[in-house]
Amino acid sequence: MTTLTPPPTMPTAATPAATGGRPATRPRNAPQRKKARQARALVLPALIFSVVMTQIPFLTTIYFSTLQWNQLRPDEIAFNWFKNYAVVFTGPDFLPSLMSTVIITGSSVVLSLLLGLFFAILLDRKFVGQGLARTLMITPFLVMPAAAALIWKWSMLDVNVGMVNWALNTVGLPSVAWNTDLPIVTIIMLLTWQYTPFMMLILLAGLQSQSREVLEAASVDGAGPWRTFQWMTLPHLRQYIEIATLLGSIMLLQAFDPIAIMTKGTGGTKTLSYLLYERAFIGLDVGQAAAFGVVTVVVTIAVATFALRTLFKVFINGGER
Amino acid sequence: MRKTRGILITAMTWVLVLMFFFPIGWMVFTSLKSEGDAALIPPRFIADLSFDQYAIVFERGMGAYLLNSLTASVGSTILVLLLAIPAAYGLSIRPIKKVKDVLFFFISTRFLPAAASILPVFFILKSVGALDNITAMTFLYAAMNLPIAVWMMRSFFNEVPLEIVEAAQIDGANLRTELVRVVLPILLPGIAAVALICFIFSWNEYFLATLLTTFQARTTPPFLASFVDGRGQFLAVLSAAATIAVLPVIIAGWAAQKQLVRGLAMGAVK
Amino acid sequence: MLVKKRALAVGAGLIISAVALSGCSGAGTSSKNVTLTLATVNNPQMKDMEELKGTFEKDNPGIKVNFVQMEEGDLRAAVTADVASGAGQYDVVTVGAYEVPQWGAQGWLKDLTPSLKDDKAYDVDDILPPVRTALSVDGKQYAVPFYGESSILMYNKEMFAAAGLTMPNEPTWQEVAGFAKKLNTAETAGICLRGKPGWGDLFAPLTTVVQTFGGTWYDENWDAQVDSPEFTEAVNFYVDLLKDAGEKDPVSNSFTECLNQLSAGKVAMWYDASVAASILEDPTSSKVAGKMGYVHAPVNKTEESGWLWSWNLAVPATSKNADAATTFVKWATSKKYQRLVGETLGWTRVPPGARTSTYSIPEYKEAAAAFAPITLEVMNAVNPKQPGLNPQPWVGIQYVTIPEFQDVGNQVAQLVADAIAGRSSVEDALAKGQKIAQAAGDKQK
Repeated sequence: MTTLTPPPTMPTAATPAATGGRPATRPRNAPQRKKARQARALVLPALIFSVVMTQIPFLTTIYFSTLQWNQLRPDEIAFNWFKNYAVVFTGPDFLPSLMSTVIITGSSVVLSLLLGLFFAILLDRKFVGQGLARTLMITPFLVMPAAAALIWKWSMLDVNVGMVNWALNTVGLPSVAWNTDLPIVTIIMLLTWQYTPFMMLILLAGLQSQSREVLEAASVDGAGPWRTFQWMTLPHLRQYIEIATLLGSIMLLQAFDPIAIMTKGTGGTKTLSYLLYERAFIGLDVGQAAAFGVVTVVVTIAVATFALRTLFKVFINGGER
Repeated sequence: MRKTRGILITAMTWVLVLMFFFPIGWMVFTSLKSEGDAALIPPRFIADLSFDQYAIVFERGMGAYLLNSLTASVGSTILVLLLAIPAAYGLSIRPIKKVKDVLFFFISTRFLPAAASILPVFFILKSVGALDNITAMTFLYAAMNLPIAVWMMRSFFNEVPLEIVEAAQIDGANLRTELVRVVLPILLPGIAAVALICFIFSWNEYFLATLLTTFQARTTPPFLASFVDGRGQFLAVLSAAATIAVLPVIIAGWAAQKQLVRGLAMGAVK
Repeated sequence: MLVKKRALAVGAGLIISAVALSGCSGAGTSSKNVTLTLATVNNPQMKDMEELKGTFEKDNPGIKVNFVQMEEGDLRAAVTADVASGAGQYDVVTVGAYEVPQWGAQGWLKDLTPSLKDDKAYDVDDILPPVRTALSVDGKQYAVPFYGESSILMYNKEMFAAAGLTMPNEPTWQEVAGFAKKLNTAETAGICLRGKPGWGDLFAPLTTVVQTFGGTWYDENWDAQVDSPEFTEAVNFYVDLLKDAGEKDPVSNSFTECLNQLSAGKVAMWYDASVAASILEDPTSSKVAGKMGYVHAPVNKTEESGWLWSWNLAVPATSKNADAATTFVKWATSKKYQRLVGETLGWTRVPPGARTSTYSIPEYKEAAAAFAPITLEVMNAVNPKQPGLNPQPWVGIQYVTIPEFQDVGNQVAQLVADAIAGRSSVEDALAKGQKIAQAAGDKQK
């Protein structure tokens, strides 16, 4: 889901130099103003929809975060101001959970991005059964995450019936007790499997939009495939890679089902989204869950702002194309 | 020499794709087994296959849930495209101040984990009497997917060569013609990818559906989860239900990947 | 573009038809016809109930029942949010023995006592006394048991015979550990025990072990006893037994996982819910049908150590169709329903552990001969008011009936799971657990 107020300040956006690009630096004549008006009119419906649908719940969440509220003690609901936040920052849960989130999200994003790029390049080639191969390749992303986690738990990783252990035994290796001994690896493996197709889909769309003529011209000029890739394709793909990384991180940050179904938060797999679920639906503590949620949002904004400012060309050149 | 290498790469591609697909393939295979065979140690590659598990799934009335899912997924995807395409266009091609703020706002709406926002949403829907309501779910899914769609669409729009837009403007095309006639066809692969991703996320959404719907508006994922038996074997019947649930998405995926390819054929606009 | 337009048209058509459909069903709910929405857990007995609901609808024209089945955790989340907020979406809810007294005391569930007492045919006194005790607060009964269970020790008689071992009817944990070590081989595990973190998973059997070792979660003053020597000894025993002779990958395992391994003949012993027996005796899904023996839960310092659990049907106070809902609840837990299950679906599928009379139905006695007597014996023998050595300030065996317990149980279970995996010591895990449990205990004072 959803929610949040815009970041308090976006200083660079206000300065023309940083905004760069054509619009802001050009003299503002009448057609320009008309264009700007049109642009606002185009953005406004989406913006209003998003504000209404996400900010009302978010404000409610902030309100809830100041309440003492256990679902099973409805007659004891009361304001406790920042006590829930005190629990977040002084309790033992938050920092380890933040670490788990960073490790699991980070590794899954990097691995699925690399694999996604690899598969996108392979499947961009013309070959026998290209369409079928692409469709098969997308399927891990199509299966409902909860069902995928169950199928991995039972059919793939089970220590007795699982195909992975069966394959290990076939080549003479011992079975692995995945959830007991390697919980983090198990979760990362499953998430990477699920998100590789997502990354591939975006990068494939990027590869498709690459101009054929330019590539052909490059190969006529005698550039080898690796150089063409390095100097033509990769720069072209950069913003697709950035988008894939950004959206992938945001969705993997919320990953919940594999943890709930396989490791139950043990062995360093208690990510923020799983911790939140526990607070809200096992601890039944509405106020504390809301406070954890608000803190998660603030931390994510901080990280996202930093990452976008330093790493993401697509955002640094925000106003420009 | 070059040909052999081509064949080798193709072979490698297929091997890797099939490895990735294996868990899904195995799921389909499992769905055709009996529960006893599915839980067998060691796993068996040859088994008596039947459609018994599928009969069980349909006896419990999967149809209504599939229809609800289709309504919410198609509805929200259309809504998202209608909102996101103009917005992304505005943020990319037309000048607008504070583009970054707007973009950041959209993406930041995805930062709050579902588990934190679901109770507030539950209480809001309860107060307006919209619990167990498929229209409410459609709107929620649209809000959930809108940021992804805006960001993705914008980066696709950024790829549209300026000259094309400017040429259209010289032709005297107004805003709508410019968007529909000139820009959208170039973007077809992008739109297909965005639509597919939005459709998949709505189709598979589980958490909100479990808590915010009961019967009238119940979608497929919570129904699917009800096959996970708390007290017995369920792998075969779950696989059957999951296979049925994944079919519409595979069809959508197939259609979208055709659109992805079509983008290539549109060399004319480049 | 044509494709897109068509997709749009199809989508719009779908939305319109969906709205029309929901409009129709809305209009169908006139004053005479009642549609009940029932939330339940996805266990086999509940699936049987859904299969048989047609009989109820035929006998009670005008009442329709819609089943919403959920996984246990989801059911708790959805039903708690609904009932606690008074949203009133459900007319009948399936509630565990852990929640019934808490929700009843809050006034969230309809008091069923009057409508049960007045009904001679229903025969409320037939309900197993310990189960009924667990569902009542101050003499008011807030739910009726749909099925109940205790915990027993199940063992593979063939493996025991092959190793020349005999299982006593009331084994001690030390004996069981000895057997497990002897029977543990590379191919088969000596014993299967739950290791999946969760208050209802790992801590259901483990709490009974704690109690028979003389430990408890809280003393009479709500002071946590998690780091007490007895609690520590019990958890050490459990963890060591898993390490020495338990199944592989224990953190993955709860009821269903162990069931699969037992059914495949990969494990010699299993300490878990008594309902497992009926599935192990089903030859279509189990290789060990007819080869299993069933005895009392192993003990250490207490006489009896089985747990007590029931899944119950209750009517939320917010239900707009409370009368029809009560009619259904009584039908589904009646003697007549049990006969209906036996005659249409088979006698082993009769919901066990709820009524004494179930165990005197001749067909059931014959079909369930292997496990029915022991189930009834254990269920009548356990004492939910004081399962351990010392008095406790709540009623319940493998759980503590305070809102905070599921959270405490879960967190301590995660810590113990780390100890099972060897990532921490039992002592460290329980020292942390003590703090968590004490914070919850302080709220009861």
